[in-house]
Formats: sequence, C-alpha cells, structure tokens
Amino acid sequence: MLARRSVVRTLRQPAMVVPSIIFPLILLSINSSGLDSTTKIPGFPTDSYFEFALAIAFVQGALFSANSAGTNVANDIESGFLNRLALTPLGRVALMMGQLSGILVLGLIQALTFLGFGIAFGAGIQAGIGGAVVIVLLSLTISLAFGCIGAFVALRSGTGEAVQGVFPLFFAALFLSSMALPRDLIEVNWFQTVATYNPVSYMLEGIRSLVITGWDGQAIALGFACAGGLAILALAAASSALRTRMVRT
Amino acid sequence: MSEPAIEATDLVREFKKGPRAVDGIDLRVEPGEVYGFLGPNGAGKSTAVHMLTTLLPPTSGTARVAGHDVVEDGPAVRASIGAALQEAALDPFLTGREHMKLQAALHGMRGQEGRERTQTLLERVGLTEAADRRVGGYSGGMKRRLDLALALVHRPRILFLDEPTTGLDVQSRGALWHEVQRLASDRGVTVFLTTQYLEEADVLADRVGIIDHGRIVAEGTPEALKAEIGRPSVEVIPAEPGDLARMKEVLARFGESATASPKGAAVRLAGGDAQLAEVVRALDAESISVEAIALHAPTLDDVFLEKTGRSLEGEADNPPAEPAEAEEPVPA
Repeated sequence: MLARRSVVRTLRQPAMVVPSIIFPLILLSINSSGLDSTTKIPGFPTDSYFEFALAIAFVQGALFSANSAGTNVANDIESGFLNRLALTPLGRVALMMGQLSGILVLGLIQALTFLGFGIAFGAGIQAGIGGAVVIVLLSLTISLAFGCIGAFVALRSGTGEAVQGVFPLFFAALFLSSMALPRDLIEVNWFQTVATYNPVSYMLEGIRSLVITGWDGQAIALGFACAGGLAILALAAASSALRTRMVRT
Repeated sequence: MSEPAIEATDLVREFKKGPRAVDGIDLRVEPGEVYGFLGPNGAGKSTAVHMLTTLLPPTSGTARVAGHDVVEDGPAVRASIGAALQEAALDPFLTGREHMKLQAALHGMRGQEGRERTQTLLERVGLTEAADRRVGGYSGGMKRRLDLALALVHRPRILFLDEPTTGLDVQSRGALWHEVQRLASDRGVTVFLTTQYLEEADVLADRVGIIDHGRIVAEGTPEALKAEIGRPSVEVIPAEPGDLARMKEVLARFGESATASPKGAAVRLAGGDAQLAEVVRALDAESISVEAIALHAPTLDDVFLEKTGRSLEGEADNPPAEPAEAEEPVPA
C-alpha cells in the first residue's frame, strides 16, 4: 500500500513527471543535431551521434528521479507524514522501499519513452530486444541509485531546499563523464581522468554499448556494477539517515 | 487501583542546544479519562506528547502507556495508541479515502475489513462526500477531522490529540469537541489532549495539567483548580468613556487588574463576591455612571496567572474564538 501511495502521488504530480521526460529528449534532440560532426573524429564508435547520445537521456532521467524521490521524502518530513508512518507497525526497510517505488515506476516510464523515441527516430538497438530489456533494467538500477541519494539528502536535511540544492551537483557529475565523447577520445587529461573515475561514465557506457555495439559483457557488467554499487551504498546511507530521522523507540 | 492508561515519572527531555523542553513531569491518567494538558506555546506540551507516543526518547525518567514502557516496548505502545499530532500530517495528492485505506493496511486491515472500517470512520467524521477528493483541497477543519479518523483506524484505547483545534473556526472546533466527548463517553477511550485554549480544557477535560517551561505547575479538575483561586473578577464599562481612567483608579483599590473588554476595566476581587456591593458604592461615590457591570467566576487563566505570574491568554499566538455563549456584562 505504501508503494502504491508512492506511485500514485508521483504520477499525480505532472510537474515531476513531464520535465523528467521532456527535458532529456529536448537535450538529446539538440545535442544530436548540433554535435553530429563529432562522429567524424577518428575512432568514434558510431556514425550516428543520436545513437551515441541516446544513453544520456536515460541517465538524465534518473537524475530527475533523485530530485523527485528527495522532494517527496522531504515533503513527508516537513508535513509530519513521516511521523504518521512511524506510529504504524511498518519497519524502516519496508518504509524506505515503499517510498522509492514511485521513482521506479517513473524510471520505467522514462526508460520506455526514451527507448521508443530512440527507435522511432532511427536508433538501432544492436543488442536487439534482449538488449532493450537490459537497457530498461540498467536504467531502473540507475534511477534507484540516484533516488536513494535524493532520499538520503532529504532525510539528513529534512528540507526540500537541500534536495534542490544538491540537484545541480548531479548534473555536474554527468557533464564530467563520457557523456559527450568516449573516454579514449577526451584529449584534456584532467577531464579524461575524472571521467575515468566517475561511475556515471560506466552507467552511460553500459547503456550505450547495448545500443551501438551489441553484447559487450565488460561494459554491461561495469554499468551494472557502478549503478548497483551506488544503489547499495545510497540505500544503506538513506536507511541510516532514516534511523536517525525516525527516532522512535 | 487499576493500572493507569498513561503514567510518567520525572520525565525529562533535553535538546542539545537548548533548555530542557520537559523538565521532570509526573503524570497519571486513568483509563477512560480525558486529560487536558494546558500551556502556552513552547511550554513543552508537544515534546511530552512525542515522548509518550514513542516518537522521541526521553533524556531521563520513565513513562508507561497502556502498560508498556515507552522506551523498552515501543511497538506495543504504538499498537495501543492513536495520535493526531500538531500538524495534520496528510499527503495533499491522496484522497481522504486513500489515506484511510493506507492507514488501515499499515495496521493490518486489508480487503473488506479495511474498506468497512474506512467507510465507518469517514461517516463518523462527516467526510463521506469529500472522501474521494484530494486532501490538498480540504479545508482546515476537514483535514483535522480526517486526521482524527486516521488516528482511530485501529481502534486504539488511548488517543493523543496535540492541539487538535488550533486554527479552526468555531463550528469546526465544536464538531471536533463533540467527537472527542463521544469517544470518551461512549467508547471509554482515554484521551490525552494538549491545548493552549482555556475553554477547550475547561469543556473537554476531566482533569487538567497546566504546564509551563516544561513543568506541571498545577493539576486537578477544572472546577477544583478554579476553586483554589476562589476569587471572582468584576468587569465594569463606564457610561461615559471619559470616566474610564477614574474608574480604573477606583477599581484598583479592590484588587489586581484583570482582563477586560476594550471599553471597560476589570479587577480580581481580593475579598470575593461580597465586595461587589462595595465596588458599586465606591463608583457611585465618585459619581461614575456605569453602563454595564458583570461578575466573572475564576477561569483557568486565573489559575495560570496565580501559578506563573503570567496570563495564558496573553501568550496565545492564536487567541481562541469568542465562545458561543459570550459572557456579556449585565446592563446596570
């Protein structure tokens, strides 16, 4: 029931749902047309920048999930709804997973929309239908990871303003990755180093490999490892923050 | 003697950067009793409620609710209580019915049982017609009624209400009072009610605990507390507004100043009712014509003033609405 509530309240907020789908698609359209000549760089893995950039939409959508999850949790804290939940027999783990259900559904809608958009505008998924399923699963894992980070920020700070304040940092992490270029083609040394250590690069590359390469086991494994690892860490952090925030005896 | 519904012994709550919000309170509330916890903003009422409802661990002291220790046996306490806290903690994107179903499910009531309980409570609090509207569109009174219904979903034997009528209009307040009285009288629910409104404590509570700066400064039935003070106040409105200052000087001879309407003055009669005649004679001797004169029995505010040196009514951020049966001064 708590999961249902999370899903319902997320979907009843068009301001949370629509921008998280439209904005990444707008950016995808602009970048793929404006940066198409980038494919001419020797060693660029594909002739279509649109196919290369499609992965960015999935990760951007997940960043909006962080904002959505964090804002919803912060609202529950500020309104006292978290106290209401604390007075029920509900355990913390169930409460946390219930709270995050909404962003998983949002993440699914995003993933299916981006996939559909990509296919409709000529992107070929080299890994086929199976690859499309894996893209959706990886995208959901990324959404969960960032959603947990958003929830953690909300539980630590207790305010929506803090969540909004952290949101730009997520975009900075996206820009300092292999978002615009493959890592091996980044010529600025510090940038390449940052992108190499940035887990967002591997999330992008995991999705990207399924679109433009096919079944690249290493890229897929690294993508899931980074997204899954971040999700586990963030979930643990959020659970710890929830224990502090919900200090019931 | 039966086990109390709520019992606290030397309960203390300190916060890291501030004074003690609750500074050693002792409480005993019997089953079926309506206990009013009266005090100004910042007195420690909500902090005490948070401790008794297991949302905040005490710094020291002990408390037992429904026979369970609030620290050692939190889940058992929570299963026995319902709480409508200071904020009507509602999700504006859910409907009233969705709130009720969620609460029922979280308390283990699913399917038909949950639906029936939801419908019963929505009818009882008068929200059947609005049940399928989102709570974001509810009035303050509707939110409070839904809040009360949510606290009652699992049929608790003890109900905590933290300032349940703050900010409500007179009609909504009256409706909520009626429901609280019904719960206590018909169903034997123990009600622990915090309020800053004198009339609310006076009307609803079997016993009142007056709290100030984290300590209980007085406790007893409203009648007993007021009888302790024993001194009524007289309020006088002069026929000529220009006589107000002189009238105040005359009245000052008979006791301390008390709260009065803007057009008049009032004093607490040190000698009790019997001094009323002397007051009238004194005003007459000074040729002060009187438009109206009224004798008021002691109030809980008088009790608070006696115990703390401050008026509770003067400290309320949201002064209560005028009572339905206002005590108008009797025309002279």
